[in-house]
Amino acid sequence: MLNYWVQNPTYAPESPQSTVQLAAELRLPTNWLDYTILGIYFVVVLGIGFAAKRSVKTSLDFFLSGRSLPAWITGLAFISANLAATEILGMAANSAQYGAYTVHWYWIGAIPAMVFLGLVMMPFYYGSKVRSVPEMLLLRFDKAAHLLSSILFAFAAILIAGVNLYALAIVVEALLGWPQWVAILVAGFFVLAYITLGGLSSAIYNEVLQFFVILAALIPLVVLGLKKVGGWGGLTDKLDASHGHNFTTAWGGTGIGSDNPLGANWLTIVLGLGFVLSFGYWTTNFAEVQRALSAKNLSAAQRTPLIAAYPKVFIVFLVMIPGLVAAALVPKIGTSGSDLQYNDAIPYLMEQLLPNGVLGIAVTGLLAAFMAGMAANVSSFNTVFTTDIWGKYVVTDREDAYYVRFGRLITVIGVAASVGTAFLASSFSNIMSYLQTLFSFFNVPMFVVFIVGMFWKRATPKSGFWGLLAGTVTAMVNYFWIYKQGIISIPSDQGANFVSAIAGFVAGAVVMFIVSLFTQPKPAEELQGLVYGTTSPGMTEAPAEGDDAWYRRPALLGWGAVILAALCYIPFSF
Amino acid sequence: MSENSGHPGHSGHDVQREVSELEGKSTTASRLFDLRLIIGGLFVLYGVIVTIAGINPSDSSLDKSEGININLWTGIGMLLLGIFFLGWVKLRPVPPVEIAKEDEGA
Repeated sequence: MLNYWVQNPTYAPESPQSTVQLAAELRLPTNWLDYTILGIYFVVVLGIGFAAKRSVKTSLDFFLSGRSLPAWITGLAFISANLAATEILGMAANSAQYGAYTVHWYWIGAIPAMVFLGLVMMPFYYGSKVRSVPEMLLLRFDKAAHLLSSILFAFAAILIAGVNLYALAIVVEALLGWPQWVAILVAGFFVLAYITLGGLSSAIYNEVLQFFVILAALIPLVVLGLKKVGGWGGLTDKLDASHGHNFTTAWGGTGIGSDNPLGANWLTIVLGLGFVLSFGYWTTNFAEVQRALSAKNLSAAQRTPLIAAYPKVFIVFLVMIPGLVAAALVPKIGTSGSDLQYNDAIPYLMEQLLPNGVLGIAVTGLLAAFMAGMAANVSSFNTVFTTDIWGKYVVTDREDAYYVRFGRLITVIGVAASVGTAFLASSFSNIMSYLQTLFSFFNVPMFVVFIVGMFWKRATPKSGFWGLLAGTVTAMVNYFWIYKQGIISIPSDQGANFVSAIAGFVAGAVVMFIVSLFTQPKPAEELQGLVYGTTSPGMTEAPAEGDDAWYRRPALLGWGAVILAALCYIPFSF
Repeated sequence: MSENSGHPGHSGHDVQREVSELEGKSTTASRLFDLRLIIGGLFVLYGVIVTIAGINPSDSSLDKSEGININLWTGIGMLLLGIFFLGWVKLRPVPPVEIAKEDEGA
């Protein structure tokens, strides 16, 4: 039995429950056919790296694909960077454990924030021509806020990349029988090769490819899983009988004061998950935002998260249904009455249902998703480290080619550090999971600082740094001290996580307000294009030919996604 | 440009100027290959392989997949997706405008 993390919900700290085990008997019956399919994928991944290399001339090509990609590519990469294997396995696990509550992480915990990013924030991000999220803080606030956020982001990116790699090693060992170190080195090598060669372009291209492969893996699994339990009706009947009716509803048992396995009520779900955590993750996490910044014009940048929102609405079914099917087939899953853990939901169904051929596609999809999750973090790490830390504070005045070379070098170092992190994680898993929780709280104050800075032009340069610090510390104190030490009782880690996020948000906002009252604001001319109601030169560009088509209008796309997500809630509300 | 003047890239104007300059020299738009070809090619190849695996399924693999010939259906689906992408390239090739941009940028 092996420990491995699956990041339960993407933007939630790790809990002891998610440091779980994968049953050792899940070895898949792979044959030469499956390995051929996997081998072809690895060849294509490397090929993309080599082919993308000739497009890299400037640092902007290497770090942001020259701001030249079409919206459908950046949009699918945006969703794919989030659709890492830890998310896929973790959300299936979440569904096997909590049932249909999983839809909240998608319909309220993702769509509104993605639409907000596209409609409201992207004009500032893209129009100001910043190359990273921390660079935006430098323009709006000061060096202190910039450096703090750059360094914390760089550490967090390496940590998450390493965790991804370690999770991959555990899954590959259990499913395919490869030793952990082999899996870590092989995956690390491929990610290193294609990012060092082609930079962000090859990371994004591989992400788009991975998106389709993972769909080809999950759709057959969902179809066969539903067939096995007698369709959706059979599934809900079985679960109603074994787990109670609330298990297949989104809001059942979430009244304030009532008891449910998630340990959260509708208010903490809406505010904590739907507002603070989700907006923090989707709008300020550079591993996501970077995909939009590489789009070819403002319209394409705005459409990036909006195009991503549509698959996001439906992907929940592809991860939730396997989790629910596993819970129906093995009602004791995750408890001491069964060998299977929650995280085994998808591997278990793969082993039970997929014949050779489709099995190879599924294994390839899972490995591709692990590598894409790692690559998204490595490609955002090398950008922040090179343009925000090295290029601004250490070696500031070199020619552009130097920063391309440095970007490649730091990619090698970053991957080596993630490989080291993965090996460390295999011996000190508790420390690593603690660290991951720590960093996960950083997105929350980032969001406060962004939102206050964007909508309140009186917010002063100094307030950025102190808001970041206060929000982070408050969220951590709330989680690690008030909740973990039992000073206030919250039924589950997830519930505590939502409450901590709200606390961090409020503290960050209050501190920013107070600091702003006592320090000097920036002069108005330095805030052009950085606060709401002003425009930078990039925002006045006329739309490119064809971008004025009705189906490309950001407002329509955005509101369409919100309405679609709201409609999806209806069948799950009774 | 208050306290930041003198350091490159520390104010909004510096960043905008620097990035605009680099955008002028960028070669991604002109030299990066068309991803639709790769997706199309890979899915046609995968589609063929998986469809062939599904043409003569063994009883044990059919039993495993609940009596559905899942290899055949998945293979056909992947093949169609691949053909869709290749057809898209055929119908809407990358506009030549992008190549003109290379000449002035290079």
